[in-house]
Amino acid sequence: MSSLARRRATDYTVKVISTGFAALSLVLLAWILWTLVARGLPALGPHVFTKITAPPGAGGGLLNAIVGSLIQISVALVIGTPIGLMCGTFLAEHGKNTQIGNAVRFVNDVLLSAPSILIGLFVYQLMVVPIGGFSGWAGSFALAIIIIPVVVRTTEDMLNLVPIGLREAAFALGAPAWKVVTLVTWRAARAGIVTGILLAVARAAGETAPLLFTSLGNNGWSLDLGVPMASLPIAIYQYAASPFEDWVALAWAGALIITVGVLTLNILSRLVLAKMK
Amino acid sequence: MDATLTGNQAAMAAARKPTGRLSDPIFVGLLWTSGIFVLILLGLIIAMLFEGGLPALREFGLSFIWSTTWNPVTEVFGAGVMVFGTVFSAVIAVIIALPLSFGIAFFLTEIAPQQLRRPIGVAIQLLAAIPSIIYGMWGFFVIVPLMAAYVQPPLIEWLGPIPVLGALFQGPPLGAGMLTAGLIMAIMILPFITAMFVEVLESVPPMIKESAYGVGATTYEVYRNVSVPYGRTAMVGAVMLGLGRALGETMAVTFVIGNATRMSVSLFAPGATIASTIANEFPEASNGSLKLQSLLELGFILFVISFIVLALSRLLVRSKLKG
Repeated sequence: MSSLARRRATDYTVKVISTGFAALSLVLLAWILWTLVARGLPALGPHVFTKITAPPGAGGGLLNAIVGSLIQISVALVIGTPIGLMCGTFLAEHGKNTQIGNAVRFVNDVLLSAPSILIGLFVYQLMVVPIGGFSGWAGSFALAIIIIPVVVRTTEDMLNLVPIGLREAAFALGAPAWKVVTLVTWRAARAGIVTGILLAVARAAGETAPLLFTSLGNNGWSLDLGVPMASLPIAIYQYAASPFEDWVALAWAGALIITVGVLTLNILSRLVLAKMK
Repeated sequence: MDATLTGNQAAMAAARKPTGRLSDPIFVGLLWTSGIFVLILLGLIIAMLFEGGLPALREFGLSFIWSTTWNPVTEVFGAGVMVFGTVFSAVIAVIIALPLSFGIAFFLTEIAPQQLRRPIGVAIQLLAAIPSIIYGMWGFFVIVPLMAAYVQPPLIEWLGPIPVLGALFQGPPLGAGMLTAGLIMAIMILPFITAMFVEVLESVPPMIKESAYGVGATTYEVYRNVSVPYGRTAMVGAVMLGLGRALGETMAVTFVIGNATRMSVSLFAPGATIASTIANEFPEASNGSLKLQSLLELGFILFVISFIVLALSRLLVRSKLKG
């Protein structure tokens, strides 16, 4: 075989293999989604949303876990969004090419990928031990720490897309810095910032490890943030590893709910982001 | 700034100044506080984990880090098995994910038709959005039985008898174990590595690529000899990010690794990682017990390992993308 023919053959082979790898990753995605639908859909019924968790065989649902997750995510958003938003704004408006800005950006990037179970351990040490018990507050706080870096990152990225001229125009009219940021810069980047918050919700909704040692889980009905609180990921973890068929079925139903929710949020935010960029 | 304003505008700016004079420092102060808060948060996490694990470190000394005994009954604890399991499973994940990422990045930047690049790229990114616990369930109920029935028995039969290398393929085909954990994590980190590869490859100046094409190089040759070397530093950073993510992965691993605190180099042996051990044994550890302190110390070790890897990754990625 001539050298040219051999090089062409190599090129062709690598192209085929690469295309195969891309196809494989799509197959894996489809496989996971199919497994969730095939096992979760038959287990999904009105009882999942209307009944609370119950002993095996008693026909329980996941209502308390779903409500618990919604409450903890909401509280985490209330705590985490302002901090994330302000920190992201700090990086975009005051932290460009400054040492402190670079340090904050670096730490935020580390927090973004840090093992989430360690966030759980940290909040356990910080809140559960001193207070003397697991609580919905601790779970919410752990989720807030998951949310903050995501919001910081997207807020900074989005604010950097706002033309500098817009800020200059506002300053030229004599607006104080806080008005320029809140009424001009934030408003211009609104869609992108909201997207970041949606992505953060999607991330927090599926997190299990940070809740293990903070809100712990609760098999009864409780809206009290001061005591252990149920959550969907913890219920799934508990049920999936159990030997009872109806519990495992419920775990699949819960897994389907979470995944559909998380993927929907992700696709929605990507559509918004694509439009912005 | 006032110098550039004239007449009415200057008067208006002057009239508004009092509001800004008071609220601006407050607002800017809030921005700075939030920035500093994030800094303090990381410091606090490190300090709390260190302080929590300190009694265990005092009890067992520095040898806690490599001692392979983990015995809750006699209350003798060492991190050796888990540190090994954490690194071993994460390295398996990277070894599996790396060629896939190289291939997919090649596909997305050079082969795929323009209209398909975005949808396929997004679909692969969705793999990163699926929660860890879902991977755990899928791995446990779907992949583990497949591994036990179809993958492990032939591998044990063919590769087990080979000297030295055979040590990797020993033990009964349980399905769960290091290889399965690495495999699941490979799928999880694949989107992160691929996305950064694509970003780096797209930043390669077209001019250099075109000059390679101009002297007759094939698409693959340009990829291999021009694009990849150009982005090498950042791509190593991308791999480190994948490694860092795999090191701390918890729920998916807990489902499929088998959770045995025994040392084994076999790919099929059940093992444990730091994260899976913390998740598994925490419920049985009472507050203030030596076991809990040992688990916190494990957490501290994991934090140090992933911090180093993630920090290195970020330095490599940023240095290249900025320059």
